[in-house]
Amino acid sequence: MSDPIVAFEKVNKWYGNRFHVLRDIDLRVARGERIVVCGPSGSGKSTLIRCINGLEEHQQGRLVVDGIELTDDVRSIERVRREVGMVFQQFNLFPHLTVLENLTLAPIWVARMPKKEADERAMQQLRRVRIAEQAHKYPLQLSGGQQQRVAIARALCLTPKIMLFDEPTSALDPEMIKEVLDVMIELAGQGITMLCVTHEMGFARAVADRMIFMDQGQIVEENTPSEFFSHPKSERTRDFLSKILGH
Amino acid sequence: MAAALEPLAARAPPMRTGGPLAWIRTQLFGSWPSGVATLALVGLFAWWLPGLFDWAVLHAVTAPSLDACRAARGSGACWGAIVEKHRLVIFGRYPFDEQWRPLAATLALLALLTASCTRVFWNRWLALAWPAVLVAFFALMSGGVFGLASVPTDRWGGLPLTIMLSTFSVALAFPLAVLVALGRRSTLPAIRTLCAVYVELVRGVPLVSVLFMASFMFPLLMPPGVSIDVLLRVLAGITLFGAAYLAEVVRGGLQAVPNGQIEAAASLGLTYWQTQRKIVLPQALAMVVPGIMNSFISTFKDTSLVTIVSLYELTGSLGLAFDSDADWRPYKIEGYLFIAVIYFAFCLSMSRYSLWVETHLSRSRER
Repeated sequence: MSDPIVAFEKVNKWYGNRFHVLRDIDLRVARGERIVVCGPSGSGKSTLIRCINGLEEHQQGRLVVDGIELTDDVRSIERVRREVGMVFQQFNLFPHLTVLENLTLAPIWVARMPKKEADERAMQQLRRVRIAEQAHKYPLQLSGGQQQRVAIARALCLTPKIMLFDEPTSALDPEMIKEVLDVMIELAGQGITMLCVTHEMGFARAVADRMIFMDQGQIVEENTPSEFFSHPKSERTRDFLSKILGH
Repeated sequence: MAAALEPLAARAPPMRTGGPLAWIRTQLFGSWPSGVATLALVGLFAWWLPGLFDWAVLHAVTAPSLDACRAARGSGACWGAIVEKHRLVIFGRYPFDEQWRPLAATLALLALLTASCTRVFWNRWLALAWPAVLVAFFALMSGGVFGLASVPTDRWGGLPLTIMLSTFSVALAFPLAVLVALGRRSTLPAIRTLCAVYVELVRGVPLVSVLFMASFMFPLLMPPGVSIDVLLRVLAGITLFGAAYLAEVVRGGLQAVPNGQIEAAASLGLTYWQTQRKIVLPQALAMVVPGIMNSFISTFKDTSLVTIVSLYELTGSLGLAFDSDADWRPYKIEGYLFIAVIYFAFCLSMSRYSLWVETHLSRSRER
């Protein structure tokens, strides 16, 4: 794989002194690749993707994102964040700002875009996630599914090269999961690099180029979705899959 | 369990819920304890109010006549004392013939404050009005320009001094408090410690001792020949004191903003200051409006303590007006009621304003 957009080299991280949350992570993500990360809770999968935009710091090893090495230098982190969009489990929309203001905040303040242009671009993104008619409402006036779609649009406003999804459907009612997954599937078809922590295995089958299974801070198994689901190599993966697919 | 279904007996329709009679029935006599409390309170007022009415209205003397007041002593209020002394109470030791100046300056300041609190005035003219009014305020108060006689700050007093001290200490304490609150949550240990030490030190001493230090000890520490106006030193003291309390209120608000908000802002590439200004502070401050107003009102009333360093604001000038005048001294209680009404009017309007701010800010949280 030449020129990976994200490269972890022997990355280690501890919480406090004892909890070893990432162990010797080696992972190279190609441009445009769509990766689904799964694993039991506490396995370090969220921490893994949160390292990519510097929300978590790693303590050992090298992590290079789009040619920029993440160090404790604030400027490198700020440059990386321009290229990486993130969607959270709890949406994390800004409740005191309207939907439109949520979307234009970063373009205006980070990219120094004129307000008119930022508005236009935001409306374009809102149409993309099919929620343009809600632009002037406040986030808490929307349903969970709508809020998560707004969050996706917000992350897209700075035209990131990489999108991170941290369990984007885990906080949603079942009937709202589909509207969010539909938007994500559409996005996956547009060539953006995606790393997605999720237990939506149907989504994983539909869009993932590669599945990653983590346990106890290690990458236990990597494979194509078809191989991953039909012939999991490790006992631990089989066990996990039987639990989430078993019913 | 094969008993046939039997419909429940129809219940009586609810009682009429509108009109004054229904209101009295539900609000005042809703239950036995409530009825007893209502009757007890009515009895208490019936016993107490006529006496108060007699004293404050029926037998009160409104003319500034000592003889009339002496005659009514014990049975009626002597509002005449206020008529006689109101200029001294309101303006303190400010030269009598120049008292139009603090009046004009204070009215301008109050107009500015009212405009600053009103939505329609929130534009760039307001930003320009602030420095203009402040310059005009100090020019009018201290004089020495445009042919106005110079009045040193130790002659400033009464309500203008109270309003000026509270306005400036609140306006300066607020940004300071926000910075200190942010500092206490900083990731840099030195800043965190500094802010914590400041808050603990200032909160750990009474305002009176802060004022004493500002007034008497601080000059001893200055190099000879350098002196800072006592009014400025006292203003700094009240500001630092108020800011320490306010900082803790603001910190409470900061802690109530979920961490996800900060992470979302960070993931969008916002810097620390952008995140605080655009995301954290608007939400944090909105949550602690009642606490902030509490602090403001405290500061407003705390200004009455500057009397102990010989600045005669409203409370102090009341003492000036009555203590040194043996004839009128017995009627100081009426004077106290007078300034109580003034304090109350200001505090009530601040508290009403904070309610308006709360409802205004809660709009984005409505579904």
